[in-house]
Amino acid sequence: MPGADGTTSASRNGRKDTQGLTVRSFANHVKPTWCPGCGDFGVLTALKQALVQLEIWPHEAAVISGIGCGSKIVDYMRINGFMTLHGRPLAVATGVKLANPSLHVIVVNGDGDGYGIGGNHFMHTARRNPDITHIVENNQIYALTKGQYSPTSDRGFKTSTSPDGAAELPVNPLLLALACGATFVARGFAGEPKHLASLIAAGIRHKGYALIDVLQPCVTFNKVNTYEWYAERIYRVDEETGYDPADFDAAWRMAQQWGDRIPVGIIYQREGIPSYEEFVPALKEGPVVHQPFAKVDEAVFERLKLEYT
Amino acid sequence: MTDLSITIGGDAGQGVESSGSTFSLASLRSGWNVFSIQDYRSRIRGGHNFYQIRVASREIRSHSDPVHLLLALTKESIDIHLANLAPGAGILHDDSLRPDEEAARAHGAHFFPMPFTEIATRHGNRVMTNTAAVGAGAGLLGLSLDALKSVIAERFSAKGDKVVESNLAVAEEAYNLALKRYQGTFQHSLNGRVPPRSERRSRTPGPMLISGNEAFALGAALGGCRFVSAYPMTPATTIFEWLVKREKQLGIVTKHAEDEIAAICMAIGAGYAGARALVPTSGGGFSLMVEALGMAGMVEVPVVIAEVQRGGPSTGLPTRTEQGDLLFALHASQGEFPRIVLAPGTHEEYFEAGWRAFNLAEKYQCPVIVLADQFLAASLSTIAWEALSFQSVRRDRGQLLTGQELDAFDNGEYRRFKLTPTGISPRALPGHPKAVYTVVTDEHDEEGHITEAIDNRVAQMDKRMRKLEEARKEMRGPKRYGPKDAELTLICWGSLAGPAVESLPLLEAQGVRANVLHFSDIWPFPVQEAEKALQAVKRAVAVEQNYTGQFARLLRMCTGFSVSRIIRKFDGRPFSPQQIATACLEEVAQHARS
Ligand SMILES: Cc1ncc(C[n+]2csc(CCOP(=O)(O)OP(=O)(O)O)c2C)c(N)n1
Ligand code: SF4
Ligand SMILES: [Mg+2]
Repeated sequence: MPGADGTTSASRNGRKDTQGLTVRSFANHVKPTWCPGCGDFGVLTALKQALVQLEIWPHEAAVISGIGCGSKIVDYMRINGFMTLHGRPLAVATGVKLANPSLHVIVVNGDGDGYGIGGNHFMHTARRNPDITHIVENNQIYALTKGQYSPTSDRGFKTSTSPDGAAELPVNPLLLALACGATFVARGFAGEPKHLASLIAAGIRHKGYALIDVLQPCVTFNKVNTYEWYAERIYRVDEETGYDPADFDAAWRMAQQWGDRIPVGIIYQREGIPSYEEFVPALKEGPVVHQPFAKVDEAVFERLKLEYT
Repeated sequence: MTDLSITIGGDAGQGVESSGSTFSLASLRSGWNVFSIQDYRSRIRGGHNFYQIRVASREIRSHSDPVHLLLALTKESIDIHLANLAPGAGILHDDSLRPDEEAARAHGAHFFPMPFTEIATRHGNRVMTNTAAVGAGAGLLGLSLDALKSVIAERFSAKGDKVVESNLAVAEEAYNLALKRYQGTFQHSLNGRVPPRSERRSRTPGPMLISGNEAFALGAALGGCRFVSAYPMTPATTIFEWLVKREKQLGIVTKHAEDEIAAICMAIGAGYAGARALVPTSGGGFSLMVEALGMAGMVEVPVVIAEVQRGGPSTGLPTRTEQGDLLFALHASQGEFPRIVLAPGTHEEYFEAGWRAFNLAEKYQCPVIVLADQFLAASLSTIAWEALSFQSVRRDRGQLLTGQELDAFDNGEYRRFKLTPTGISPRALPGHPKAVYTVVTDEHDEEGHITEAIDNRVAQMDKRMRKLEEARKEMRGPKRYGPKDAELTLICWGSLAGPAVESLPLLEAQGVRANVLHFSDIWPFPVQEAEKALQAVKRAVAVEQNYTGQFARLLRMCTGFSVSRIIRKFDGRPFSPQQIATACLEEVAQHARS
C-alpha cells in the first residue's frame, strides 16, 4: 500500500542498497558546541562507525536523546533524531519502537539523564527488554548545568553542590542493569572510539535491551576522571583468558570492579531471549504505523455496540 | 409519564456494582429508558456503596432525586438514604434487618421485608443474596422477569451452567414472592404502565446502555487509535482496560507503563513514529505528564490525553467527581504552545471526542486534551442505536505526507518545521530517505536544528501559535438547550449538560423560563460563537462542579461576560437536576428582591 502511511521507503520495499554508505552519510552542517577535547566527540564518531558497519542508513535508525551535553548528539548528525526531555528518552524510544519496530532505535543520554532523573525508566526498560540500544555518556558529572555531582560521581567528589565531597555511594550502572534483567551490558571508553564502535554495533545487533555505559571525559568540569585517569585503569575483558560474557555470575563479579582496574567490553550478554515487541499481539502483523488505523470496520463496530444492548 | 429512581445500597464487597448494572440492563430490556450512577469509596471492602438507577418513559440525561425504591443490603443503607426517599417510597430489605420503622414512617416510606438470605442459602449459596434482592426489586417495581433472566443468564454464563441455573432460580423465586406478598401495595409500581419500547429478552440491536468511558473508548478505537499507554488511575482506568481487552481484535498496541511520565512519553514516541496514540489518566497522573505535554507542543507531535477528573486536590476524592482541573488543563506546562481542549457533555459527545480528538491532534500537530470526569465516565446512559454511528466517523490525518509525495522531494528539501501561512507544516514520518530530520525540544529552525536566533525564535513561535487561530475556526460555540428567549440562562461545560438540561422542566414547573448554554469545545475558546450566543442572554448563572467557578472565569477572560451567580458543588457527588433547580430558584428569588 505505497503512499498510504507516509513511510514507504527503499528498505520497506525489500531492497537494501548500501552502496555509498559512509560515515559522511551521517554528517550534517551543524557545528558541535561541545568543548574541544570533549569525550562526546568520540561517542559521535563511534556511533556513526557502528551504523556504517551494520549498513544502516540514516532513515532506518532513530536516535532518541535526553537533555545534557551528550544528548545534543542528535543535532550533530544526519539521522531521524529526537532530543526529548531530561530523563525521558527511554520512554519516548519505547513508544517509537512499539509503533514502528522496523526502525533501529538507539537512545543516547548522560549519566544524570539516564541514571538520575531517568532512573525509573532505566530500571523498567532493562527488565522490559525492548530491542533498544542505550548508550550512556557517563562523565560522572552534570556538565550542561556547569558541574554538579551526578549519580555516578565517586564518593568524596567535590562540586558546587557537594562542597565537602559527595556523601552518597555512586550508582553502579552495570550492576543495576544486571539486577534488572538486562540481556546485554557493556562498558566502553570515549577515548577509544574504534572499540566503542564495535560495542555499539554489538549492542544494535543484540536482540533486546542493550546498555553501553561509556566512560566519557568531561574536560571542563570533571578534573578527576580525565582521559589519563581512565586510560590508566581500563582493561579489555575480551582479552582476559576464560572470561565468558554469557556467565551471569562472572559478569556480576566483573561489574563490581571499579577503582584501580576498570573493565571495558561486553560484560554480559544473554542471547535467545525474546524482546518485548514479540509479546505485543498488535505487532504480529507488522508495525502499526504501516496500517494507520485500528481494525474497526462497520461489522466489528456493530458487534461491539451489541455488548451494550 | 413514568420517572422513578431506585437505589441499591450495601457494603463494598456485597456486589452492589454487579446488582446495579444487572438491574439497570434489566430495566433497559424491559423497555424503559435508564440512567445510572455509582457511588463508591476508594477501598475494596467495607463502607457504604450505592447504585442509583433512574427508569423513565421519556429520554433522560441524568440521575434524579428523590428515590422511590430502596434495595437495602445493610441497615446502614436505610439510615443513609432515608432523607432522599419520595413519599410512598418502598424499602426492600432482608427479614433479618431490624430497621427503625418509626423514622421511616415519618418519611412516608413503607417496608417490604423479604427472605433474601434464606432463598439464596436454600438454592445453595449465600452469595446469591443480592440476586434475590435484585429479583425481588424487579418484581416489586414491575420489570419484566424474562428481561431480568436474560441479563442474569448472560452475566453468569462464564461461571458455568450450574451458577446460571441457581441464580435464575433465586431471582425468579424472589421476583414471584415479592409479587405475591406485596402486589398492589407499592404505590410506585410500574405495573400497568406502558414502557416506551417493547421488552427484549436478548441482545438485539436496540438502544444501548453504556458508560461514558466505554463510549469514549469505542470512539477512540473507531477513530483509529493504534497505541495506548497508561498507568492505572481511577476514574480513567476503564478506558485503558477496555482497549487492552480488545487489543488483539482491534490491533492496538497497549502499554501499561511504569508511571504516567513514561505513559505520555511513550505515546509521544508512538505519535512521532506515526501511530494515533492515546493516554488516559486522571488529574494526578496528568500532573506528572505536564512537562511532556509541552514537549508534544514544541516538537509538534500529535497525542491525545483523556483527563478524567476526580475530586482533588492531591489524592482528594479518588472515586468521586469534580470539574476542578479546567484551568490546569488549559495552562499546564511552561511557556506557550497550542493545545486543544474538549469537554464533552453527553455520552454521545464523549464518543465523538474519541475520534475527533485524533483528527484535531493530527491536523494541528499538537496535544489534544479530552476533559471528562467521574460522573460522565462511570454513569450509564441510554443511547439510541443509531447515535453511535459508523458513518458519522471521519478520519483526517491532516497534512501528513505520503511516501509517494516524499519520493518526489529533492534531497534535503523537506523541512519539518517549514513556515506556512496556517502554521501547519507538512508532516513526514521517520523512515523515509527523503525525510531524515531531527526534532528537539529546544527552540529550533525550520529543519529542526537548535538555534536561539531572534528572528527564527519569533518566526517559529508565530508559526506554532498560528495553528491555534486555525483550529479556533472549527471550534464549536455553545449549544443551546431550551427556549431561545429565557429569563435565566444556565451556563455550563463538560459533564453538566445532562443535569442542567434536566433542571429546565423543574424550573418551568416553578414558573421560571430558563435555558442552558453548554460549552464542549473549550480551547481555543470559540470567542465569536460565544459572544453571539451571549447576546441573547438576559441573566446568567454558571453551574460548575468546582469551588472557584473556573469556567465563569474563563468566560470572563475571553469575552468579558460576567454571570450573576456561580452555582457550585465540590463535595464529589454529582449535581442532580433538583439541586441545580433549587439553586436557580434561589437566584431568581434574590434577584426579584433586589
Ligand atoms: C526537568 C529538568 N530538570 C533539570 C534540567 C536541567 N538540566 C539540564 S541537563 C542536566 C544534567 C545533565 O547531566 P547529564 O545527564 O549527566 O548530561 P551531561 O551534560 O553531563 O552530558 C540538568 C540537571 C532540565 N533540563 N530538566
Ligand atoms: S562541559 Fe564537559 S561534557 Fe559538556 S561539552 Fe564541555 S567537555 Fe563535554
Ligand atoms: Mg553527565
